[in-house]
Amino acid sequence: MKYVPDATGDRHFAKDLTTDRDAVDGLLSELDEYAVEQALQIAEGRLQEGADAEVTVVTVGPEDARDAIRKALSMGADEGVHVEDDGIHGSDAMGTSLILAKAIEKTGYDLVVTGMASTDGTMGVLPAMLAERLGLPQVTCLSAIDVADGKVTGRRDGDAASEELEATLPALVSVTDQSGEVRYPSFKGIMAAKKKPVTSLDLDDLGIEADEVGLDGAWTEVEDAAPRPARTRGTIVKDEGEGAKQLAGFLADQKFI
Amino acid sequence: MADVLVYVDHMDGAVRKPTLELLTLARRIGHPVAVHLGPGGADAAKILAEYGAVRVLTSDAAEFSDYSVVPKVDALQAAYDAVSPAAVLVPSSAEGKEIAGRLAVRIGSGIITDAVDLENGDDGPIATQSVFAAAFTTKSRVSKGTPVITVKPNSAAPEVAPAAGTVEELAVSFSEAATGTKVTVRTSRGSSGRPELTEAAIVVSGGRGVNGAENFVVIEALADSLGAAVGASRAAVDAGWYPHANQVGQTGKSVSPQLYIAAGISGAIQHRAGMQTSKTIVAINKDEEAPIFELVDYGVIGDLFDVVPALTGEVETRKS
Repeated sequence: MKYVPDATGDRHFAKDLTTDRDAVDGLLSELDEYAVEQALQIAEGRLQEGADAEVTVVTVGPEDARDAIRKALSMGADEGVHVEDDGIHGSDAMGTSLILAKAIEKTGYDLVVTGMASTDGTMGVLPAMLAERLGLPQVTCLSAIDVADGKVTGRRDGDAASEELEATLPALVSVTDQSGEVRYPSFKGIMAAKKKPVTSLDLDDLGIEADEVGLDGAWTEVEDAAPRPARTRGTIVKDEGEGAKQLAGFLADQKFI
Repeated sequence: MADVLVYVDHMDGAVRKPTLELLTLARRIGHPVAVHLGPGGADAAKILAEYGAVRVLTSDAAEFSDYSVVPKVDALQAAYDAVSPAAVLVPSSAEGKEIAGRLAVRIGSGIITDAVDLENGDDGPIATQSVFAAAFTTKSRVSKGTPVITVKPNSAAPEVAPAAGTVEELAVSFSEAATGTKVTVRTSRGSSGRPELTEAAIVVSGGRGVNGAENFVVIEALADSLGAAVGASRAAVDAGWYPHANQVGQTGKSVSPQLYIAAGISGAIQHRAGMQTSKTIVAINKDEEAPIFELVDYGVIGDLFDVVPALTGEVETRKS
């Protein structure tokens, strides 16, 4: 059994209006740390029952995305899969989900665990798109998760209701930051991580044509990207008994009261 | 002009405000056709028509409440097949984004998420997004397939625009995947009587400075005097002082109200990512050096336990 969390990192736009990752160290996105943590807990539970379990971490990105894999391996994941290819540059959610789905299929799995959202661009759609591509039940946005007897169950906290969900494995899961505390890598874990295998894959390995991903394959186009003007600091007053009255005056001027 | 599908977010027929905003945005690029799934379709159709829906496609089936997400994708796809729209607009709730993501894969179309504005372009709709913790504004369009666009709450002021709102039953064939994830228990979240956090015109948030669950009444009182929603920083939520459903920030809700009041919140980048697109920002903090003051239109350096109750009093006085 393998559990496959994904990870991502980034920031800035390059000249072609794609995300410029050169200037930023890759890091394991905070929301994906929770996915790694939950995958590890599920695997540990399985191992304690005498069953077999293995956690494989999958990421798509440039060379420094390996930093994210190393972090996950330090936490206790067993191996990593890194998809790296110049042709990936500029992929949008459709392209990224295709690459991830192919990588996950190639790796093999009983359960796919993802963060609930990427903190860079495709907020909240990637888990569902992966589930669609892989043909898996989605059990997503979970704040609590359990795997037993060939089923995954979890609690999904929505705006209007809390739902207990249940699906038969194999399945795709996404977890929120409410799903539990993330462990820190131990020194032993950091040293062990150096010896753990990381497989590199490119688009050819995944059977993906160059024009299916990257800028040419993108289904969306950024026509313009501009820095938002920094907010200029407004009026700041020190409260010496009159602060609330002054603030109320400001709010009245702005017609909020 | 072509038809534009609008997915309706509702509670048993009570249409939520982001959907009305979508109808207003949809009218910029075509004729809004609303898709209402679940109970209360007839009631919902009245307000949907008032805000511009020329047609309302309805479907009510047990699958929508018994199973998670996928039955709604099936229904929205059926609507897409029936209408052949120029675009599909979906509210940017967690569920809305999942529905939109799966639909985009199925119909082979590009998807744009968390749009904050929409306009008609020569080659189809152009969506504006705030990205990288609102440090950048982008304009994007879908270059392949039919645009599927999710739109953040508070992106437009809903405009009344009466239309026919003809109600039509939508025929839906549920896919094999529809029953993949069963909802075994559903517990409704009790309403606080306050506006929904992401939809509110005014948000009052408390942070570490509130210093305890029992003290959040100070924040709540100010919110109630202003008719505002209550938010909380991650520090306050992690400390167990306020529910996670009210968390504002990168791992909580992203809000963009007309007025955001931050009390006892330092303004870490994590929090700013969730509120810095608010139109007017006010902060109350004892620490003159707090990063939040870099963002404010108006700031008060002072003890929130003095300033906030006094402000509540001022608001109540000015109201009467």
